[in-house]
Amino acid sequence: MATGTEPHLNSGGVRTGTRAAIDAPHLRTDRWWLAPAVTAAGLLAFIVYSTWRAFANADYYSAPYVSPFYSPCVAENCKNMPSGPNADIFGSWWAISPAIIILIFPLGFRLTCYYYRKAYYRGFWASPPACAVAEPHKKYSGETRFPLILQNIHRYFFYAAILVALVLTYDTVLSFRDTDENWGHMGLGTVVFLINIALIWAYTISCHSCRHIVGGKLKHFSKHPVRYKAWQFVGKLNARHMLLAWASLVSVAVADFYVYLLASGAFDDPRFF
Amino acid sequence: MSVVDRQEWDVVVVGAGGAGLRAAIEARERGARTAVICKSLFGKAHTVMAEGGIAASMGNANPHDNWQVHFRDTMRGGKFLNQWRMAELHAQEAPQRVWELETWGALFDRTKDGKISQRNFGGHEYPRLAHVGDRTGLELIRTLQQKIVSLQQEDKKETGDYESRLKVFQECTVTRILKDGSRVSGVFAYERETGRFMVLEAPSVVLATGGIGKSFKVTSNSWEYTGDGHALALLAGAPLLNMEFVQFHPTGMVWPPSVKGILVTESVRGDGGVLRNSEDKRFMFDYIPDVFKEKYAESEEEADRWYEDPENNRRPPELLPRDEVARAINSEVKAGRGSPHGGVFLDVSTRMPAEIIKRRLPSMYHQFKELADVDITAEAMEVGPTCHYVMGGIAVDSDSAAARGVPGLFAAGEVAGGMHGSNRLGGNSLSDLLVFGRRAGWHAAEYATGLTDARPQVDEVEVDTAAAEALRPFSAEGPAPGEDDARPPENPYSVHQELQQTMNDLVGIIRREGEMEQALEKLADLRVRARRAGVEGHRQFNPGWHLALDLRNMLLVSECVARAALERTESRGGHTREDHPTMERKWRNINLLCRLTDPTGGLAATDPVRGQIALTRETTEPIRADLLALFEKEELVKYLAEEELYE
Amino acid sequence: MSSYKARFKVWRGDVKGGGLEDFEVEVNDGEVVLDIIHRLQATQAPDLAVRWNCKAGKCGSCSAEINGRPRLMCMTRMSVFTREETITVTPLRAFPVVRDLVTDVGFNYQKAREVPAFVPPAELAPGEYRMMQEDVDRSQEFRKCIECFLCQDTCHVVRDHEENKPAFAGPRFLMRVAELDMHPLDAASDSGLDRKKTAQDEHGLGYCNITKCCTEVCPEGIKITDNALIPLKERAVDRKYDPLVWLGSKIRRRSS
Repeated sequence: MATGTEPHLNSGGVRTGTRAAIDAPHLRTDRWWLAPAVTAAGLLAFIVYSTWRAFANADYYSAPYVSPFYSPCVAENCKNMPSGPNADIFGSWWAISPAIIILIFPLGFRLTCYYYRKAYYRGFWASPPACAVAEPHKKYSGETRFPLILQNIHRYFFYAAILVALVLTYDTVLSFRDTDENWGHMGLGTVVFLINIALIWAYTISCHSCRHIVGGKLKHFSKHPVRYKAWQFVGKLNARHMLLAWASLVSVAVADFYVYLLASGAFDDPRFF
Repeated sequence: MSVVDRQEWDVVVVGAGGAGLRAAIEARERGARTAVICKSLFGKAHTVMAEGGIAASMGNANPHDNWQVHFRDTMRGGKFLNQWRMAELHAQEAPQRVWELETWGALFDRTKDGKISQRNFGGHEYPRLAHVGDRTGLELIRTLQQKIVSLQQEDKKETGDYESRLKVFQECTVTRILKDGSRVSGVFAYERETGRFMVLEAPSVVLATGGIGKSFKVTSNSWEYTGDGHALALLAGAPLLNMEFVQFHPTGMVWPPSVKGILVTESVRGDGGVLRNSEDKRFMFDYIPDVFKEKYAESEEEADRWYEDPENNRRPPELLPRDEVARAINSEVKAGRGSPHGGVFLDVSTRMPAEIIKRRLPSMYHQFKELADVDITAEAMEVGPTCHYVMGGIAVDSDSAAARGVPGLFAAGEVAGGMHGSNRLGGNSLSDLLVFGRRAGWHAAEYATGLTDARPQVDEVEVDTAAAEALRPFSAEGPAPGEDDARPPENPYSVHQELQQTMNDLVGIIRREGEMEQALEKLADLRVRARRAGVEGHRQFNPGWHLALDLRNMLLVSECVARAALERTESRGGHTREDHPTMERKWRNINLLCRLTDPTGGLAATDPVRGQIALTRETTEPIRADLLALFEKEELVKYLAEEELYE
Repeated sequence: MSSYKARFKVWRGDVKGGGLEDFEVEVNDGEVVLDIIHRLQATQAPDLAVRWNCKAGKCGSCSAEINGRPRLMCMTRMSVFTREETITVTPLRAFPVVRDLVTDVGFNYQKAREVPAFVPPAELAPGEYRMMQEDVDRSQEFRKCIECFLCQDTCHVVRDHEENKPAFAGPRFLMRVAELDMHPLDAASDSGLDRKKTAQDEHGLGYCNITKCCTEVCPEGIKITDNALIPLKERAVDRKYDPLVWLGSKIRRRSS
């Protein structure tokens, strides 16, 4: 028999008694920890930044731009944004940052997103940290129980995300004005907003729930040629869902930060015409 | 003795490839309690390697196709040596067998109107091969596997046990067929995982073990292809038929060593790939035989025009029949004009843009990229002939698949002989598995359930002998009986390698009398050494032991091939004699049968001249008149002797 | 064109115990890990147990873990490693070991049996099946599966939690459920079987947290997570968590 025979630890998982007696939780020799570490760092950075900005309740409007974190703005304490995405729905009782009301939707969309789930299950929860690397948890029930069973409501957040994306599209249209609300103008901010809204839409449309709804649920594509085409299109985007998830996450932060720079007076929007 | 497990079944199927699984399904559906034994895991059989498709004249791509055309193609391909009744049944029943796969969940590629798509293949007059991309064999195995599971689910509902009527014994090897008098009484097997012996008692045994390619050094076959069924049948007293016919595919990979022999599909040449030697010459133009002269291009220019305009130009000589191309490559390499790794160059890179290559030959692109690190869009492939298929096999009754002379023994698939004559057409293998797998299962079940007298009894002495035989490799140390000095046991791996080299060099693609005589002597020597093959360790999953046991089968089968090849003094299909280069009409109706010299089944190491195998000649039954009428007289004249024509 | 000596660590042992054994073995140009294991068998360890078959990545027999990653030994070229590297080969670590590199993969065959088979449509005879290519594409992708069980091995749901094995079919067999549910002629619903529901209720789809290791290890490049598991989750949502769909089906059932 082999040299250096190890006794069985029989402590569960890969060390279950009937399996090959190998003590090491994994034998990977590559830098398997890099991907989850980078993911966790990236997500953490966004969380810190967005928490600060969402609760700041300041520097989110600089005509004609409104930060995507604060749009639509639906409390009385919102800044006045001429023909912007304002609507005093919540009234005056809402005292903290109006961003909180609306951010719940994109947050929920991304939190239940099939890509982000993978990212934070791996990056934050180490479940698993990487493929074939033992996870540290004794028990695992996946998404079978509360609260994780709620991940199944992803498609409702998808519907909401479409509404939010529509509002942000409206904001982007508004960015073709100048500071005096005259149409037909453009600045660097307009470009930032255009890129952002394109990525937001691409991310939203490439969603797995969207792919299911437009055509994936069908049994016979041949009987629904238009939905089949739509499904194929969404499928192509869906293959890049991870890339779009990150790109749109960065772009939304950049758009907000750009507005912050303008509103706080640190920077002047270069106008093209 | 150490037999721990004994069970009773109605039908035992040996082998879980296409034929075995189809037989098992049929037997179980006809009410027989059926056991399947296979050497690998369930679903890993060699059938998964089949790429092209299943030939069946469904007429989806061309409505003119019918069984008569398919029959004709098959007979032509086999140079009229086919057991014609098998070819007839095969052509007639293949479409039903394919359609029934769909009812079990198979998903073939589709035509525009939703039917099963059919593709062209060498030797088939019309597009005929039902296929799934280039993984048709996998689809076939998976479908049959899942059908078996679904039958087991039915049994579970009824009896509470998945395996009450149909059980798969995976990773088990059968070493002997047991008999009661002349009748089959069961099989003796061992479990590879534990090394434990078991006896399955059954009045019917279906052999579906596939081919013999592992006796050759360069082969497209997997380790399982050690000729087990052929040998089991011989040992049980059934004869083998026309074992000299072995198909060598012209283009197998030759490098790297790990993949030597793996197929390079025929479509590479069909799509424009050309063969060149080390002098960069398209040598195939020098190898067009006279009978084909008017059908093939004489210049490279004409050959190149054919791809665009096949109506007005003759086809390139790269598309000659498989045996011609294989021989040509062989000659080039022998003449010293081979590639660095002993093949020739097959080049598509200078013939087509990279994009088109990737689109038309995706699996070849990946095969070379991943296994050989060769980018076929930028450089030439190195290819050479590889042992691919054995047309010979157990002599069976055409209708019932019953082996001759051993009641209760049946055979189907590659292990059975006769169906393909001297050369098999691409696509006819998978349909063969289905048609005759079903027939074997059907008749095996009928025989088993219809026994009026008592079931055959297992003879304890036979079981003990089989167990002793299986254990011999563990006690191979020490002097052989009657010898004075102790010699170390033989390493089974070395014996195997020498056997493969011998068969490859001396009974390979081109055969000569002297070399085959030499081969028989070498085989006799190896036989003596194989009896002393010893192994270390214990019986639990011990590959050395498994190989030592397989050696017996490979040696038996190799001798059959060598002896039959020496006897047949003509060249026909998969049998090429340098000293007898033409096809002789007088050999058309001659079958060569191999039987064991010692009918008791003992395997004494006898002298090379006598060997273990005795050959007999047999004249075949004349082809039925209505089937002959399907051919033009001018064509028949080429194959049939005068007296056959005017009967 | 050169050969060199490589250092290997191969796990040897059985269910009673075992360990990594050191070997020095010759490696030639163009070889794969399985070649090296075979060389060990032929020269140093004749009883080294390994399961293999086609040696061309088509049968899925030679699954093992190489440097801790689940892979097919026949498709892992030696050239992906440096000459200095010690290459560690162990059996699959999610299944009971039999001996050396051979594991008992019976779990997978058990799970295969638990997925109800294709239900042929009662009204169609053999030969009458009509299906469009675009309708079979999806299931065909899943039928490329060679059942190497690398996905079953790498999936942390059972790899790290033996106790989940009874409840969880694993990626391979959830994909089988998806394949059948997407089969254009599967008549399961006529027989009262709702594959969308049973995927979650009986085959443990909820355990999957879509961390995609199954897709990462698949030697056939099947997009198991994106094309099978997630669509199946969405189908389960249709049945179980979508009030609109639920309401619609109630109304339709009543009116029919």
